[in-house]
Amino acid sequence: MNALASEIVRDTSAVSAADLAKGGHFSGTIGDITTPDPRMVCREVNVWYGDKHAIKDVSLDIGNHQVVAMIGPSGCGKSTFLRCLNRMNDTIDGCRVRGSITLDGQEIYDKGLDPVPLRAQVGMVFQKPNPFPKSIYENVAYGARIHGLTNSKAELDALVETSLRKAGLWNEVKDRLDQPGTGLSGGQQQRLCIARTIAVSPEVILMDEPCSALDPIATAIIEELIDELREQYSIAIVTHSMQQAARVSQRTAYFHLGDLVEVGETTQVFTNPRHKLTEDYITGRFG
Amino acid sequence: MNNPAPAASAPPPAPARRTIDIVNASLKRRYAREARFRFMGAAAVFLGLLFVAVLFGDIVAKGYTAFAQTYIQVPVYFDPATLDPDGNRDPETLANADYLGLVKASLRKQFPQVTGRPQQRELYALISAGAPQQIQAMVRQYPSVLGTTRDVWLIAGADVDMLVKGQIDRELPEADRRIKDSTLTLVDQLETDGRIERRFNTGFFTNGTSREPELAGIAGALAGTFYTLALTLLLSFPIGVGAALYLQEFAPKNRWTDLIEVNINNLAAVPSIVFGLLGLAVFINVFGVPRSTPLVGALVLALMTLPTIIIASRAALQSVPPSIREAALGIGASPLQTQFHHVLPLALPGIMTGAIIGMARALGESAPLLMIGMIAFIVDSPQGITDSATVLPVQIYLWADSPERGFVERTSAAILVLLGFMVVMNLAAVLLRRRFERRW
Amino acid sequence: MHTWTLMLVLLGAAALAYHVGRKRAIATAGGSERINTLHSLPAYYGFYAAMWAAIPAVLLLGLWLGVQDQVITSLVKASLPPQSVAELTPGALGLLMNDVKNVASGNIASGAVTPAIQTAADHYARLQNLARWTQWLLVLALSVAGMAFAWSQTRPTMRARNRVESVVLGVLILFSSIAVLTTLGIVLSVVFESWQFFQKIAPSEFFLGTLWSPQTAMRADQVAADGAFGAVPLFTGTLLVSFIAMAVAVPIGLMAAIYLSEYAPRKVRSVAKPLLEILAGIPTVVYGFFAALTLAPVIRDLGEQLGFAVASESALAAGLVMGIMIIPFVSSLSDDVINAVPQAMRDGSYALGATQSETIRRVVIPAALPGIVGGVLLAVSRAIGETMIVVMAAGLTANLTANPLASVTTVTVQIVTLLTGDQEFDSAKTLAAFALGLTLFLVTLTLNIIALHIVRKYREQYE
Repeated sequence: MNALASEIVRDTSAVSAADLAKGGHFSGTIGDITTPDPRMVCREVNVWYGDKHAIKDVSLDIGNHQVVAMIGPSGCGKSTFLRCLNRMNDTIDGCRVRGSITLDGQEIYDKGLDPVPLRAQVGMVFQKPNPFPKSIYENVAYGARIHGLTNSKAELDALVETSLRKAGLWNEVKDRLDQPGTGLSGGQQQRLCIARTIAVSPEVILMDEPCSALDPIATAIIEELIDELREQYSIAIVTHSMQQAARVSQRTAYFHLGDLVEVGETTQVFTNPRHKLTEDYITGRFG
Repeated sequence: MNNPAPAASAPPPAPARRTIDIVNASLKRRYAREARFRFMGAAAVFLGLLFVAVLFGDIVAKGYTAFAQTYIQVPVYFDPATLDPDGNRDPETLANADYLGLVKASLRKQFPQVTGRPQQRELYALISAGAPQQIQAMVRQYPSVLGTTRDVWLIAGADVDMLVKGQIDRELPEADRRIKDSTLTLVDQLETDGRIERRFNTGFFTNGTSREPELAGIAGALAGTFYTLALTLLLSFPIGVGAALYLQEFAPKNRWTDLIEVNINNLAAVPSIVFGLLGLAVFINVFGVPRSTPLVGALVLALMTLPTIIIASRAALQSVPPSIREAALGIGASPLQTQFHHVLPLALPGIMTGAIIGMARALGESAPLLMIGMIAFIVDSPQGITDSATVLPVQIYLWADSPERGFVERTSAAILVLLGFMVVMNLAAVLLRRRFERRW
Repeated sequence: MHTWTLMLVLLGAAALAYHVGRKRAIATAGGSERINTLHSLPAYYGFYAAMWAAIPAVLLLGLWLGVQDQVITSLVKASLPPQSVAELTPGALGLLMNDVKNVASGNIASGAVTPAIQTAADHYARLQNLARWTQWLLVLALSVAGMAFAWSQTRPTMRARNRVESVVLGVLILFSSIAVLTTLGIVLSVVFESWQFFQKIAPSEFFLGTLWSPQTAMRADQVAADGAFGAVPLFTGTLLVSFIAMAVAVPIGLMAAIYLSEYAPRKVRSVAKPLLEILAGIPTVVYGFFAALTLAPVIRDLGEQLGFAVASESALAAGLVMGIMIIPFVSSLSDDVINAVPQAMRDGSYALGATQSETIRRVVIPAALPGIVGGVLLAVSRAIGETMIVVMAAGLTANLTANPLASVTTVTVQIVTLLTGDQEFDSAKTLAAFALGLTLFLVTLTLNIIALHIVRKYREQYE
């Protein structure tokens, strides 16, 4: 693995932020983009919004039972990249994706591949909690109902309970499952959205800044939850907070203006960044 | 990190596999439902568009023939013995002479083979009841025709007009047809002689209404519409803009202005017929405004369009950025000067658009006008806002009630004219918006 | 006609006053080079003078026109020989006065012109002439007086702009109150006449009676000929037609809105949307014509072929066409509320693997439901109040039936029928129209208030 890493590592530290801002292209990523047991493998992914080249040749693996954190300044493309992983970008007009992304060896941008079952396998939690305007119970049961995952009311009840328990919300809402999900606090809403996602038993969970709309206490609860969920799911999380990335992730990827600049073990990236841009970002010079 | 996945936490027993299998198993059914739903949506849009097409197609098909009018050429002997027995060309005598008799005599002469009262009555029906006026006008204009025989193109009767336009089916048995076989022969003979002609129907635009479809025109209704709408605009535009200006820019936030707000929104949705009741009970019965006149019609329509104009004007005023107001106030303009010199001119295109849309709605409105008596049978065009009048939509309503086939055609044609005005007004509104639309 | 002349003259007076006021202001300032000593621009002094010249005079003129006819009529009435008036009923007296007025203005009177009428007519004409001249004199005098007052007020320290502006602001306030006055006028007119109606016919009979047959009494003493005023068949007829209309408009309008906002390519949307909205701009009389002359015969023929008895003025024809009219109303309101549902809701659903239709049916529509309900309520209120389509295509017979193929009549049809043509204004028949109008107004008002409230709450939720 180390040998492989040294092959991939090239000396690109000469490329500065100014070069990138001028539109200079940066095709090398420092660090090991692969993991031994990848769930999703992305190779040379490019994304355009109309004429805007939002993601440039990004290659990255999402490992099994680990959390990958994507960090970087605003507009660096980390959310865009995340949304490619379950084809949520399909809903945006004028968005084109090139490159290869596979889930368990299956190319997800194949013409014949259907985003509906894909999204059942790759769930997503959004920046702003977005519970449906339904009861708490119905919010969690939604995925199971549309996919027909359960055969009886009892099974569904059990599924809702386990999902809410996994999301750490059960004890708070078990007496008011029929109340609207929108009536919960922000942190509870976000956990409800996580419960909703894991009720479908996805294999990968994508989280797009899941705590940015929450207060510190709610954030701490969600972070704990993410760490627990790692046992069963593969998780990719986009975050603005470096502390959060450091706390919850095993690997960290640093994005800058559409390029994946550096990727590596979280401890290494934070303690010993290899690229100047990463260092600048982590030490708080910009971002 | 080099050991990310401890073997101990192997994937839990299969729920993940199960999910995707279940999902894939039901996918076909779900996509079928998706396709059905999508099809229903497309069908709804298609149905809506189909209604538009059918509506317009139906009215155009029924109405386009009304823009032509059948004329029959008749050699008329301007018999001085009938028209001017004294021989002194006295205008009074000429005006009151028996022109109907003259027309009838000319027809008898043209078709000497037609004898017997009922047959002759059919013969006279070839020509419109308006023909005598036509001849009278000729004599008044050119007295020299007296004593001569001239070929005159006379307006055909309504039934012949329908026959020539192909709206009466010749194949029907005679009893079911409005035209007898004998008349058919007469018309055919005229046609072979080249004595039947279709011309552009100028009378439709210059005549008032009439009991005879072939003579009926929309001039009176157009004049009534013009007076009514002009006055409506004159009343509702300044009041609407003034009210919007006050409510949007000056009004303090209190109970009274809240009440006005709620009121305006609700007034916009009050059925138009209720405004008619208001006009009848208040304007006519209390204030004694004369019935059936453009004046009372305009008062009612102005109140009706007021909410539209106020709402549109407020939106237009709101879209003018506060920085313009601040700039004007900052150099010492009074609040009113700020509004009249700076804000209002910028908001004007939006206000105009709203006003045009309001006017278009008023143009098509008829229900409240029925209440205030604008349904009188008025042949002459109104000369002012206090003459009895009717408006185009009400004229359409009145004609639609007439059983004659000829009126169906006229009604549809009047509708086409009305829709034409509508299209022009809406187009003007759209163009105005495009031309002056400004994004701040 | 002379009123218009007087108005023109007043306009001229105002223009003159503007000119004079402006000159005077400059003069009091001490010439045009010392204008900056004036408090306001000279034009404001002109406006100030013009206001004084025009506003009081116009107010007087309006007041005068309001009472002139009544005053003259009562004067002439008083001058009629008492013995000829004594035995007349108020109605007959009114007719007599009509004759007098007709004779005075040179029109043809309804009956023979008796010497008494001739004298009265001469008297009437004389009074009218007198009134006209007094009116001119007084109005113009007031205008001149106003001008003079403004003249005397004009001095450099007078805050002309502020005075003019406060008047303008007052006018603006007056304008904005007209909306409230309109509502008040509607309420007062229908309530007053309805109250009179309910003096004659018990409200219980009106609201619960099932027989509607408003006969006119030929003579005042014909008590039984007042007819039956049970409005239930009208209410059910209105509901039946509205129900048919909503059954057409809601599914089509809603599905069209969903398709256009969620599925249709931008090009299709940009063409189809305005085309559909054409339906909203077509005058209702056109729909009425279409319903009565095209659709009704088609439905009747179709029904006959299938073996149904279809009335020639069936509720179905009117309802269907009304539904078509309301489609764009429902679709544009639904379009608005569907677009107001945040994209995050849709994303949440897609991210769980829902198909587009599942997302729409299970997330978007439930989220938009309050707004859609509000829009539908507004559409119902529209259907209930729609007049021309039903007047032209629905019948006049008040059948208490739920059969869409039968002929029914509606509240609006009856209002039109009862009020068109010449009526005695205080007969039960005429007043019944106002009672129906009151019912209509209250029902639609309630629907509107509820609907607007729901829609506003809905908007606030997502803002």
